Amino acid sequence: MKRHSVLRVVAKLFLPYILLFALYVQFHGDFGPGGGFQAGVIFAAAFILYALIFGLRTAHKVASADLLRILMAAGLLLYASVGIVTMLKGGAYLDYNFLRHDPVHGQHLGILLVELGVGVTVAAVMVTIFFGFADRKNR
Amino acid sequence: MIRENLPALQVVIPLMAAPICILFKNGRAAYGIALAATLFAFGAAISLLTQVLGVGPISYELGGWAAPWGIEYRVDYLSGFVLVLVSGMGVVVQLFSPASIKREIDEEKHYLFHCAFLLCLTGLLGIVITGDAFNVFVFLEISALSSYILISLGKHRRALTSAYQYLIMGTIGSTFILIGIGLLYMMTGTLNMADIAARIGPVATTRTVLAAFAFFTVGVSIKMALFPLHLWLPNAYAYAPSVVTAFLAATATKVAVYVLIRFTFTIFGEHFAFEETPVATLLMPLALIGIVVASSIAIFQKSVKRMLAYSSVAQIGYIVLGVSFVSVTGLTGGIVHLFNHALMKGGLFLAVACVVLRIGSDRIDDFAGLGRRMPVTMFAFVVAGLSMIGVPLTVGFISKWFLIQAAIEKGWWPVAALVLLSSLLAVAYIWRVVEIAYFRKPPEGEDRITEAPVSMLLPMGALILATIFFGLNTEATAGVARQAAEYLMGAVR
Repeated sequence: MKRHSVLRVVAKLFLPYILLFALYVQFHGDFGPGGGFQAGVIFAAAFILYALIFGLRTAHKVASADLLRILMAAGLLLYASVGIVTMLKGGAYLDYNFLRHDPVHGQHLGILLVELGVGVTVAAVMVTIFFGFADRKNR
Repeated sequence: MIRENLPALQVVIPLMAAPICILFKNGRAAYGIALAATLFAFGAAISLLTQVLGVGPISYELGGWAAPWGIEYRVDYLSGFVLVLVSGMGVVVQLFSPASIKREIDEEKHYLFHCAFLLCLTGLLGIVITGDAFNVFVFLEISALSSYILISLGKHRRALTSAYQYLIMGTIGSTFILIGIGLLYMMTGTLNMADIAARIGPVATTRTVLAAFAFFTVGVSIKMALFPLHLWLPNAYAYAPSVVTAFLAATATKVAVYVLIRFTFTIFGEHFAFEETPVATLLMPLALIGIVVASSIAIFQKSVKRMLAYSSVAQIGYIVLGVSFVSVTGLTGGIVHLFNHALMKGGLFLAVACVVLRIGSDRIDDFAGLGRRMPVTMFAFVVAGLSMIGVPLTVGFISKWFLIQAAIEKGWWPVAALVLLSSLLAVAYIWRVVEIAYFRKPPEGEDRITEAPVSMLLPMGALILATIFFGLNTEATAGVARQAAEYLMGAVR
């Protein structure tokens, strides 16, 4: 679809805003509707749009299979290690109160990190699933 | 610090090890990580069980939120016992796996095998340890999804279709369980098991709770492959890689039985579950029919794995039979058999895995002459087979002893007779393999078949020794099982 200049221009125009909106949903999740899963899906949607318009090969240059694999694992690890840190600081697993001196700050930081982990993993998994189907022809 | 957080670490360590396997993307590194995490889980389970036996049930609040609101992990006699079983089988299978998966799974997928194995272990341990009804569903899905992956790793083309079949049936099963939990939540407004049990009394006779119980029972029956709902099991076991079959046969269906026991006795309560609804009168005939029919089908199978799979369906029948007596002796028999069957079926499937490694097939005719070619493996098969029949000095005898005792206590002589007679069916299918392996001449030119490597024989031997050890020393298993049964039956009152 590279030859359709309208699509290309509009997509280019949209992409940064979709990504930005994903980040908004991600980091505003603790005040309003949103959170890691939704943000991850929106982020991946931007990526899939890019792949649809500019071709799989270009998309692979941005996100290689190795990078996606590492991100998938890293998100989950981030989530789980927040729990390990709270344990090391003397609390129960995922007891955010112990992350900071002030429990309120601790809760804030905890949910932010955990949701970030969810977001990273979900985005990476979504893109991987997309590639899993889209790459079948080339194999 | 580790000690008080042990209930969480029990689940978290295998869970964290899984993505680390993915990061390394290397079969050997993944194996090291998986083995370390499984060993840790086993150690944690043993430590938890000893704590429970010493000071009584342990409760752990995840995230520091108190019980009815937050997620509670709860270890009592039954869950401690099943935790040890599941993680112990995990260790045995992990130790056994390297040589076997080298032959049966492509090299570049080894790290995926270890990752899926760890996730499956996480799910199974999580189901057992959690005290939260919705959490059970989440872990059920984790273990189910990863076992679909494990089954589809099989080399045979039909591994994919049987994994798909299992996926469809398994999804129906867990959806039913979820609907049941949802309806319970609707009526009681809580998801914590102990809290549901406390609040269910006034609403117990409503149609919604009855529907919840019906959905739950059918869903969990699919998951544990109770007789008419067992259709996914034979194919899944027959085409999965041999180690996966051994692991799933020893743990996955057992954990489903655990869920049945946990929900009926702890949440619904035996009075509601067995006196106000006809579940016991439904489960017992199904268990008995399952024992007879599945054992008979097993006799006519051409593939040894499939034969053992049908035998598993029959053995689930024995466990459910024990539960359906609704007496301390019966429940003890069911729980003991849950443990014992895991040992012997695990041993049998590992022996078949050794054979598959050497001759590349599990067809019963290809076993000809293996008694002389692979003496240790076939000896292990015979011992575990004797246990399956229920010969004294093996664990199989202990479970049948309790089941028959429970039947006699209630005065149900036909049931006791049927349990005895069904052992003859086990004799028939085990003997077929033994006869071919020991008394039939091997085909020409098969002299180069040798015994399986020591790395596989040792874990298998450990399981076989365990079937003898726990057959002689019943205090360790039957003692804990009786304590668990008494706790479950008493917990309702």
